[in-house]
Amino acid sequence: MAYLPNFIFALILAYGIWFFARNIIRLKKIIAIGRDVDLSDNKGERWKNMAMIALGQSKMVARPLSGMLHIIVYIGFIIINIEVLEIIIDGIAGTHRIFSGIGPLYGVLIGVFEVFAILVFAAVIIFWTRRNISRIKRFWSPEMTKWPRNDANNILYFEMILMGLFLVMNATDTPFQEMNSGNWISQYIAPWFSSIDEGTLHYIERTAWWLHIIGILGFLNYLYYSKHLHILLAFPNTYYGSLQPKGQLDNLESVTNEVKLMMDPNADPFAAPADDQEAEPGKFGASDVQDLNWLQLMNAYTCTECGRCTSECPANQTGKKLSPRKIMMDTRDRLEEVGKAMLANNGEIVDDGKQLLDDHISREELWACTSCNACVEACPVSINPLSIIMDMRRYLVMEQSAAPSELNNMMTNIENNGAPWPYNQMDRLNWVKE
Amino acid sequence: MNDSIKVPTMADFMAQGKSPEVLFWVGCAGSFDDRAKKITKAFVKLLNQAEVEFAVLGTEESCTGDPAKRAGNEFLFQMQAMTNIEILNAYEIKSIVTACPHCFNTLKNEYPELGGNYEVVHHTQFLNQLIADGRLSVEGGHFKGKRITFHDPCYLGRANQVYEAPRDLIKKLDAELVEMKKCRQNGLCCGAGGSQMFKEAEEGDKEVNVERTEQALETKPEIIAAGCPFCNTMMTDGIKAKEKEQDIKVLDVAEMIAQAKDL
Ligand code: SF4
Ligand code: SF4
Repeated sequence: MAYLPNFIFALILAYGIWFFARNIIRLKKIIAIGRDVDLSDNKGERWKNMAMIALGQSKMVARPLSGMLHIIVYIGFIIINIEVLEIIIDGIAGTHRIFSGIGPLYGVLIGVFEVFAILVFAAVIIFWTRRNISRIKRFWSPEMTKWPRNDANNILYFEMILMGLFLVMNATDTPFQEMNSGNWISQYIAPWFSSIDEGTLHYIERTAWWLHIIGILGFLNYLYYSKHLHILLAFPNTYYGSLQPKGQLDNLESVTNEVKLMMDPNADPFAAPADDQEAEPGKFGASDVQDLNWLQLMNAYTCTECGRCTSECPANQTGKKLSPRKIMMDTRDRLEEVGKAMLANNGEIVDDGKQLLDDHISREELWACTSCNACVEACPVSINPLSIIMDMRRYLVMEQSAAPSELNNMMTNIENNGAPWPYNQMDRLNWVKE
Repeated sequence: MNDSIKVPTMADFMAQGKSPEVLFWVGCAGSFDDRAKKITKAFVKLLNQAEVEFAVLGTEESCTGDPAKRAGNEFLFQMQAMTNIEILNAYEIKSIVTACPHCFNTLKNEYPELGGNYEVVHHTQFLNQLIADGRLSVEGGHFKGKRITFHDPCYLGRANQVYEAPRDLIKKLDAELVEMKKCRQNGLCCGAGGSQMFKEAEEGDKEVNVERTEQALETKPEIIAAGCPFCNTMMTDGIKAKEKEQDIKVLDVAEMIAQAKDL
């Protein structure tokens, strides 16, 4: 019976990790629904971007207050995880504070953790206040419906509780307090428990310890369902983020082949495509998630719903329906829908009669975009909402001929006169004489 | 004012068996839009003054395809691009200057993959180079000490990281450059990009150009400087909407340099 706690611990740990791994595999399969793109180039530059943007949080500080607070939470989160390693070993081996054997350094480590725990706690309270009391505008846009708002708060509560448990666990750990090294913060919390007898104190300490590790496993498994997935996906997402100038929009290769054929007088329209040429893709642009590429889909899962993109968007600022954050959230929602059905159907995509276009993202939103790249610039994790907007416009125009009529006029003019206005190409030099 | 300008075409150069230093890509706005034509002429005057051997394509130039591409019509874009590339390559064009950031972006970033490889610069970069090479001088003229704010065109700034070239020119006019709260990579769009120029805006509570004009007005400028014919139109309309057209002018950076030299 002495090994029962160890056994239970190992069981909980294994289950937590298994469930997490299962979700990550699901996630990979769902992202793979997207079209393939080869992003294996420029590894050096990509690593650099990841180091700067994800690890170094370089984009976060564009907004100094939330940026600094986020960095505190982020660093706190990472280093406190070292403590989790000790908890895991203790839990399995039945030891108590196994790392304390390393001497005075242990005290320093735990002391630093405690300081971060209290800083994280404070930062999270400020975050909560900004969201719920100051009601900063970008957290209350129409797409921030009940679940996204709850999700954000859930995470904050999670962090408050985890940090609280960590400090309580240390404060009620009598041997640790007696050691009097590393209890930089918890020594001030310990007196709150001074009237409690030894036995109960130990009981509280054990409870805090168990809840802490269970909480961490719970947190880990909450990620998949949350905008908090960004703490993992920010890394690959910034790695694969575009290296081109922001103004550069990809040229659709399938169109290039067709245009070349049309323009080449010697081309044989009935010639079989060369072997290295891919089979004609059936569709131009995107009306649903499977028409997007995997990076765009990963973008959707990475989105933190912070709304920095939307608050910089000229269309959104002037009251239009378009919100680049909503584009990303809709893409994720639809992707989840398609992905779940697909996984339940042996990996085959199920036609549910719905699509990303119209059922989630309206045409009005798509046509309001000025392609100004403000959203792309603002995103702290290298998400490109504009690329999805453009792919959906392409579908509307090339597959549906459904551009607004003024744009159709503009395009007819280009076709006929080589200018977006109805002027004759032969008059192009008239300005010299005017 | 000296209104005689020399604008040789590529065909002229070809006929003489010569090739120009640079091709001036005028663009559709620069060719047809009344306001933008003034910018085109101002730039040409500067080129003439600096004795730059440039040429235009004239009637052989056609839309780069940018508005079609941003509207989603990749077919039309690539048709335009390939037609233009055929002509540019036939003339063995190596370098291009343009006063339109949309043409600039498309020629520079989207043509190479389709077989059009040129060195492309924006006219503000080109003018800076002329000054650096001692081929063109700048005087403050009546711009000396004027409060000028510069509106970053999205396709020059964020899209291609060109922030300093137009500002350097304004500073050379001995003017007081005042920045809007939203400038450089955080600059707000004028509202014309992504083909919005050619359609009514979606329903909202304000026009983007009015919002941007208000941001510009916060700096209490005497002149709003632009580097794009479309931004120019949008900001001019914004100023009109705010009934400020008597007090505040919207000018392209090239126009200011030319006017300061009494060209
Ligand atoms: S690119 Fe489009 S969606 Fe993004 S900020 Fe500009 S207008 Fe908004
Ligand atoms: S796309 Fe980027 S900036 Fe926009 S909400 Fe998501 S994470 Fe934030």
